[in-house]
Amino acid sequence: MTTTVSTSSDVLAAPSREAIGAVLDPTSRPPAPGALAASVAFGWRALLRFKHMPEQLFDVTAFPLVMTLMFTYLFGGALAGSPREYLQFLLPGILVTSVVMITMYTGVGLNADIGKGIFDRFRTLPIWRPAALVGALYGDILRYLMASLVIVAAGLALGYRPGGGVAGVVAGIGLLVLFAFAFSWVWNLLGLVMRDEKGVTNVSMLLLFPLTFVSNVYVNPDTMPGWLQAVINVNPITHLVAAVRSVMSGESNPGEIWRVLIASAVLTIVFGSLTMRRYDRR
Amino acid sequence: MDEASQGLAIETSGLVKTFGNTRAVDGLDLRIPKGAVYGILGPNGAGKTTAVRMLATLLRPDAGQATVLGYDIVREAQQVRGKLSLTGQYASVDETLTGMENLVLLGRLLGHRRAEARKRADQLLAAFGLTEAAGRQVKKYSGGMRRRLDIAASILNTPEVLFLDEPTTGLDPRSRSQVWEIVRAVVAYGTTVLLTTQYLDEADRLAARIAVIDHGRVIAEGTPGELKSAVGGGTVHLRLRDPGQRAQAETVVSRVLGDVIEDDGDKAALRARVGADADVGADAGCDPAAVEEAGSQAAAERAAHTLSELARAGIAVDAFSLGQPSLDEVFLALTDRPVTRATDARSHQEVPA
Repeated sequence: MTTTVSTSSDVLAAPSREAIGAVLDPTSRPPAPGALAASVAFGWRALLRFKHMPEQLFDVTAFPLVMTLMFTYLFGGALAGSPREYLQFLLPGILVTSVVMITMYTGVGLNADIGKGIFDRFRTLPIWRPAALVGALYGDILRYLMASLVIVAAGLALGYRPGGGVAGVVAGIGLLVLFAFAFSWVWNLLGLVMRDEKGVTNVSMLLLFPLTFVSNVYVNPDTMPGWLQAVINVNPITHLVAAVRSVMSGESNPGEIWRVLIASAVLTIVFGSLTMRRYDRR
Repeated sequence: MDEASQGLAIETSGLVKTFGNTRAVDGLDLRIPKGAVYGILGPNGAGKTTAVRMLATLLRPDAGQATVLGYDIVREAQQVRGKLSLTGQYASVDETLTGMENLVLLGRLLGHRRAEARKRADQLLAAFGLTEAAGRQVKKYSGGMRRRLDIAASILNTPEVLFLDEPTTGLDPRSRSQVWEIVRAVVAYGTTVLLTTQYLDEADRLAARIAVIDHGRVIAEGTPGELKSAVGGGTVHLRLRDPGQRAQAETVVSRVLGDVIEDDGDKAALRARVGADADVGADAGCDPAAVEEAGSQAAAERAAHTLSELARAGIAVDAFSLGQPSLDEVFLALTDRPVTRATDARSHQEVPA
């Protein structure tokens, strides 16, 4: 059936040399777009891909929901007396964990994407070099925001009451998304270096599990052995959670916020430039 | 840029690209004139795609240099990108998006505003016979439609240099001839087209000049006519009415044309090359001047002569044809060995060239 359809349209519309000759001279030849316009165009591509593959959004809705429900009810009674009590402590942490976990799809997506011919075309365009990757991250930011909203909504329904109010929650999500954007460059680099999607997934999981679990997400590290506390203290996720927790509870902790901002800048600069070197060398 | 380089679209000297132990491109020298189709002919694994990817700034050469319209492909990569478009061997379009979305996206990436990009996309889709399929995802396109969309994307801002990497590989005959029409239109506009292909007939139909490459080097270069006369007039295929007369027929054919190339299994079918190392080759020891003389006219005459000799010997022939030399025959004539398959490429590496 499909064959018949495409054949008939082929026959009806076989291109003629004249028709093609007539459209060869474009009426206008604008200058190449600037860095922002090019990135925005790639961001639009990411949105179009969501439109055609809505199943991509499953990761950012169902996964965070399961994480929130699971840990609230698994640990709540034992650790804090009740799930509701525990949720006040856990929610910012599980928010950070879920969003940081889904940043890995950046690398998986890039790895799948770059193997196809379309990236050859993008890389031969006279545009700002990082635009294709930055634009894809714009799409990712949307996914991070969606995941955040799902978790906060689920938390509120389960009894989470942030002391920082709407402003605190917005600031917390803002801080998290900023860090996630910066952290995504690690996955971009990995996506370019690794041979296939499976490899990217494996390495990402290997990094993400200790990074999110060996932290202050689930329990206060005070009762842990000293060496483990030392490890937890150098984990950037610990500081991110501390910062997000502080702004969402309304007692903002400038020291932790600064650490997150600096870590984000360093990640973007270091992994962004390593990624672009790799992108140009391929 | 010296005076001799003025009329050149692309110039490479000693271009090298190595992957692991394989020298995919091994000292490539090309001088590609402006405003025509230049064919790069070679088998799988000859280095065609690697060469194109270097020229299109997608790969960095390990040694040697190249310019596209006077710009160095490494130091002035961004200027080179402003001059070229690439239609890769694998569709350089986003299969998830529709045809329309692909062209609008590209239009915006080339600096058009959204409305303009849409208008240009509509124009191109109509000219390429894709209006009906505009709203369909590219992954649902046929191979020919995908290739047309790909080329449409490449000429959205009609480039000065267009790279087409095996544009017709895997296409059905009608889609192939559609791609040829598109290429002719683009060249008529003044664009220089660099076309890689595995098919001699394709290079012959489209290209003003052809470079034959093997193991990453140019092994022959010239106009299609020059190449064909170097290779010989082609191949005579004939079908005997009585396979029992095969031995007799072989004697006659090899007396007139030279060696008979065996056909596998089919006793009634005979195949013989006309030209290079037939008459001339066998006697004159492959003297290049003599080979040059053996043009296609001579080939036709000799083929006709074969036919009449067979008739005189009382051998009935059911079918007879004189075909263009195939890529295999080009290779056989130029390298004295058949087309190297990709699997052989590695073993060849150990043999110093």
